[in-house]
Amino acid sequence: MTVRVADAASAAKFPILANGLVEDSQIRQNVRHATNVIQNKRARVVAEQHDWQQLRESASKIKEHTLQYLDRYLEEFESACIRAGGQVHWAIDADEANRIIVGLMQNAIEKNGWTREVIKVKTMTSDEIGLNHALEAAGIQPHETDLADMIIQLGEDKPSHIVVPALHKNRTQVREIFARKMGLPELGEKPQDLTDAARNYLRDKFEKVKIGFSGANFLIAETGGVCVVESEGNGRMCLTLPEMLITVAGIEKVIPRQQDLEVFLQLLPRSATGERMNPYNTLWTGVHEGDGPREFHIVLLDNGRSSILADKESRQTLHCIRCGACLNACPVYSRTGGHAYGSIYAGPIGAILTPQLQSMKHSQSLPFASSLCGACYEVCPVRINIPDVLLHLRGKVVERQQNSLSRGVSIEAVAMKAVAFIYAHPRLYALGQKFARVAQKVLVRKGWIHWLPGMLGGWTAVRDVKQLPDEPFRDWWAKREAAKRDEPMEKSYGG
Amino acid sequence: MRISLFITCYNDTLFPKTGQSVVRVLERLGHTVDFPADQTCCGQMHFNTGYQQEALPLMRRMTEVFRDAEIICAPSSSCVALIREQYQKLAESSGDASLIAAVNEFVPKVYEFSELLVQKLGVEDVGAYYPHRVTYHASCHLLRGLKAADLQLRLLRNVRAIELVPLEEMDVCCGFGGTFSIKNPDVSAAMLADKMKAVLNTRAEICTAGDNSCLMHIEGGLHRLRTGVRTVHLAEILASTEAGEP
Repeated sequence: MTVRVADAASAAKFPILANGLVEDSQIRQNVRHATNVIQNKRARVVAEQHDWQQLRESASKIKEHTLQYLDRYLEEFESACIRAGGQVHWAIDADEANRIIVGLMQNAIEKNGWTREVIKVKTMTSDEIGLNHALEAAGIQPHETDLADMIIQLGEDKPSHIVVPALHKNRTQVREIFARKMGLPELGEKPQDLTDAARNYLRDKFEKVKIGFSGANFLIAETGGVCVVESEGNGRMCLTLPEMLITVAGIEKVIPRQQDLEVFLQLLPRSATGERMNPYNTLWTGVHEGDGPREFHIVLLDNGRSSILADKESRQTLHCIRCGACLNACPVYSRTGGHAYGSIYAGPIGAILTPQLQSMKHSQSLPFASSLCGACYEVCPVRINIPDVLLHLRGKVVERQQNSLSRGVSIEAVAMKAVAFIYAHPRLYALGQKFARVAQKVLVRKGWIHWLPGMLGGWTAVRDVKQLPDEPFRDWWAKREAAKRDEPMEKSYGG
Repeated sequence: MRISLFITCYNDTLFPKTGQSVVRVLERLGHTVDFPADQTCCGQMHFNTGYQQEALPLMRRMTEVFRDAEIICAPSSSCVALIREQYQKLAESSGDASLIAAVNEFVPKVYEFSELLVQKLGVEDVGAYYPHRVTYHASCHLLRGLKAADLQLRLLRNVRAIELVPLEEMDVCCGFGGTFSIKNPDVSAAMLADKMKAVLNTRAEICTAGDNSCLMHIEGGLHRLRTGVRTVHLAEILASTEAGEP
């Protein structure tokens, strides 16, 4: 088994990727603007939902319960789906999923003489397994039909947001991509111009391509049904027009009953796009004579999920319904955009999901890419305590580093252990305070320090530090206590 | 009431005036303050940086040093948040029954300074006087961890002669985040730049908060650019009277 989350394993560390991005004025502007717009819309529609906190609680409980009995619910889904005429496949990792999907398409294309193309609904899981590369390698052309995914595909770019993958691009940049790739030099940049261009471009694909591909928002164990929500209707086209439909879904996407959608379909659109309801909610169960695709396959993907399930502390990561609210709320994400995370899963959820999917072997800088401000937890519709999971994962990263002999001993680890030792000995601690007061003298200019060495240099690159006060609190207190003790005696002498 | 002060290691070392102010306010309100001299650190830096095993003995020390305390007051929401959100879990991970019991006894006794004043002592007007134009930044742990930012604003609104100006995006992180500011200096600086912009837009003379960690970060930036705006911990404002500032 080789778990692969797109090309996250080979990505540079977060601080390195972030360094270039925070200085990109265009990205800063685009990301700031887009996240602000979505955040404000979300805040409005969440405020009007009076039982919002109860909904979050319900969603969290449903997910917790489902994960506890995941094996049973997955088997229940499998048999219900097969009964309804669907075909169920299990994939342990990205490679196996790609092999199954490409194989199914190859066979169908050869058997029916279809065009070697597939129309795709927006799916993050497809990006996770790198399906488009696998399809292209097999000579099958994938067409992204979600507007934002199409911008990414045509622009040969990478997604930077879970829900709005082209959030880092503004309208002018989109116009430029469309004009170039669709051969429309005269294209305007009004939203209407751009959507018209996309519609013309896609309509032709919808009409002739015989294979549709999607991810899933929810799998319903009870009925074997699959639910996909979207805003544009292009997804609906892919889900209903083709002869054959293939869906890939992470195993954590299953929910027990159809009725549970009541909770999630209120939480998801409000959190994701600030809409009360998604414009398109497609729900299908197997295949039906004379209605929709003739053949339906679903690939249930593990790709590292069951190892997350095994960790009691961070299992809640699998509650995620991919709404992206934590990205929009995150002050780190809004300064860097998604590409700093080196993974198709960006932002706070990406910071906990990407390293865990890869069994903590890669993307180890991600759990540290947070100021732990808690804004993500506050907006999460399924109440994932992301700061808590980040802390848990930081512990795992440090543990791994300490156990790996090849890395040697890091300066950080030595410093941390030394400080812990000092803190464990109050007299040493007080001595340390005195030593620091003396040692700082070479650095202090008029009461402030403008430069610090080594790792601390990042701080003084843009910030000053006030010099240490002459007397720590404990010394002041000790003097005051001593004076208090002396005072009554003086009085008695005086009297 | 006898109140034991947990000053926190960085306030002790870097911001003694904050501790002195806490003492001054509590004594003014008629309470007795004690300061267990063996206290050092709650383990926050270690815990939050992934050195949770190193935080464990520090947590044990905290329960020992404050064993006889009735009420513990700390002028730092991030330390209180760590104690409240992580101590019990950390103790359980050690599997040490006596430590679990000690932590269970310790945790409910700990109050952040403004929680102590408003929620435990029922005081919103501490008789302070502070004739300055001030803006208030809600530190993340206070706002979302302890949910106590409102308490601090109530205390500030009762200060005489203060001109309190609302801070735009008051609830957005300043970018400090402990070792985050060292490990991710560029992103931290970008966050700080926006916070400074908001502070400067208020035309306040002083930016206050309940956490010196955030204030040290904000002030570090404000001073580097010679903005002439300084930061002052909430306790120092509350300790000020017509007789003077601490």
